[in-house]
Amino acid sequence: MQNLEQGKQNKTNFDPSLVTGWGVDADPNNDPTYPMKRHTGMEHDGYSWDRPPQQEAEVEVLHSSERPNLAATFGETIPPAGVSGMIRRAAFTFSENSYGHWLPLMLADRVQMVEGMVTDLATGKVPNLWKELGYNAEWKYNRKGLITKLAIFGGLAVGLGMLLSRSKDSTSSNN
Amino acid sequence: MLAMNYRGPRRVRVDQKPEPQIKHPQDAIVRVTRACICGSDLHLYNGSVPDTRIGSTFGHETVGYVEEVGPEVQNLKPGDHVLVPFNIACGKCVFCRQQLYGNCHESNPQATAVGGIFGYSHTAGGYDGGQAEYVRVPYADVGPMKVPEWMDDDTAVMLTDVTPTGYQAAEMGGIQKGDTVCVFGAGPVGIMAARCAWLFGAGRVIVIDHIDYRLEFAKNWCPAEVYNYEEIGDVVQFMKETTDWIGADVCIDAVGAEATGRVGQTLLGKKMHLLAGAATALQWAINSARKGGVISIVGVYGPVGALVPIGNMVNKGLTMRGNQASVKRHLPKLVEHIENGILSPKDLITHHIPLEDIADGYKMFSAKLDGMIKPVVVPPRATAH
Repeated sequence: MQNLEQGKQNKTNFDPSLVTGWGVDADPNNDPTYPMKRHTGMEHDGYSWDRPPQQEAEVEVLHSSERPNLAATFGETIPPAGVSGMIRRAAFTFSENSYGHWLPLMLADRVQMVEGMVTDLATGKVPNLWKELGYNAEWKYNRKGLITKLAIFGGLAVGLGMLLSRSKDSTSSNN
Repeated sequence: MLAMNYRGPRRVRVDQKPEPQIKHPQDAIVRVTRACICGSDLHLYNGSVPDTRIGSTFGHETVGYVEEVGPEVQNLKPGDHVLVPFNIACGKCVFCRQQLYGNCHESNPQATAVGGIFGYSHTAGGYDGGQAEYVRVPYADVGPMKVPEWMDDDTAVMLTDVTPTGYQAAEMGGIQKGDTVCVFGAGPVGIMAARCAWLFGAGRVIVIDHIDYRLEFAKNWCPAEVYNYEEIGDVVQFMKETTDWIGADVCIDAVGAEATGRVGQTLLGKKMHLLAGAATALQWAINSARKGGVISIVGVYGPVGALVPIGNMVNKGLTMRGNQASVKRHLPKLVEHIENGILSPKDLITHHIPLEDIADGYKMFSAKLDGMIKPVVVPPRATAH
């Protein structure tokens, strides 16, 4: 069995040139990424290049578990906060290979949407949903479609309201 | 400053935000004069990209004037007119040094599978984008290019993503003289890929979509054979028939995650977000290619798995290539093509949208209203000097 830790560091002592026939058919022009990159073989040296100066993180910046550090530069917009931030922090304990990373991030996005609405209202800003949803444009260029959509949603909302109201009445009479 | 503000799936508005600051010695601050809405922005708009945080400003296709530079920036100075490629590239990592500027390893801490991209979620680095009055541009000596004096803003902004991505889609196809190239998707990138396929010597270029006005544009502008998949029945069978039962030499997926056309893909990939997106175009591409053909992917997908016929990939001996366009690598050649009249990318621009009306711009682009092909956002300070 190979040494797992050495394998993770890509620094095994194994010398592939000792394998019989190694490289006899190597053909740089058959690189499937050619000419998409200027092939140098520098990847074989690992994460060892002369890095740009490191940006100092002034806010919490999460980083992938598949790299050892922050990239030299990054965005500092919208650091994780609130319930969505807790979910994001948990998500980043999983690698990019895992649904445990991506699905919680999607969940956090939806949770933050509610948090954003609450923040808006708490700061006295009532979102103009008609405008934010682009309904001005849809009213101008697709009025029939918009009316149909709103009628369907309206109908569903009324139907759901009636259903809930009937269910409540039924519960009350049973009591 | 005014900036686009994402509030949740299909909800955006314009708000006042603090102006960006120099955060790194190699940063520049650019006053935006043009910023496109890209087809890939629709993945963000629809809430399909994980870690798209509320309050983000989108926009990765930007042109403007340098306002301020960090202490280590040598090639730019305030007042320079620049176009800013969508990818953020350090120029020093092993990938940038191999001209893979779309795969930089020093611009995105949040994910190793994708380099930093302006305004494209925290999965792509957490940078604010250019759909604003100002934008922070990291590694200002590497990515941005000074706009030639003869070039207008509309042409310049089309060099930040659409044109290089379409060009690279054709390049990755390894097109040989006489090849039949099938492009799935008649959005701006698909149209550009079809146009560029000719530059590589294609013998026949086919574009497939279901939006008639876009197909009509592709038919005349590329020019290309165009087919509406809702009218041709089984797309793959049609492709076999139209290629004398062989299949296309090269198939290009210029659609990505938002594809329509197959219920299962749409349900699992677009509605439930359990897959990397609806991989309908990629499925058609794999099944429409001839044995030994090439699949070139520039359509954007999410980070998890997708439903594709991988067995057919193996059994047909296909070569699959994909990447975010290495914009910086392509710019010299593309500028030359534009100067020589070979390409005229600004022809794709159908709408100029004031930044203040960006919610309407997203809705129109997403719902394909008013014949929109490529919308360009114009901030209020665009004309200030």
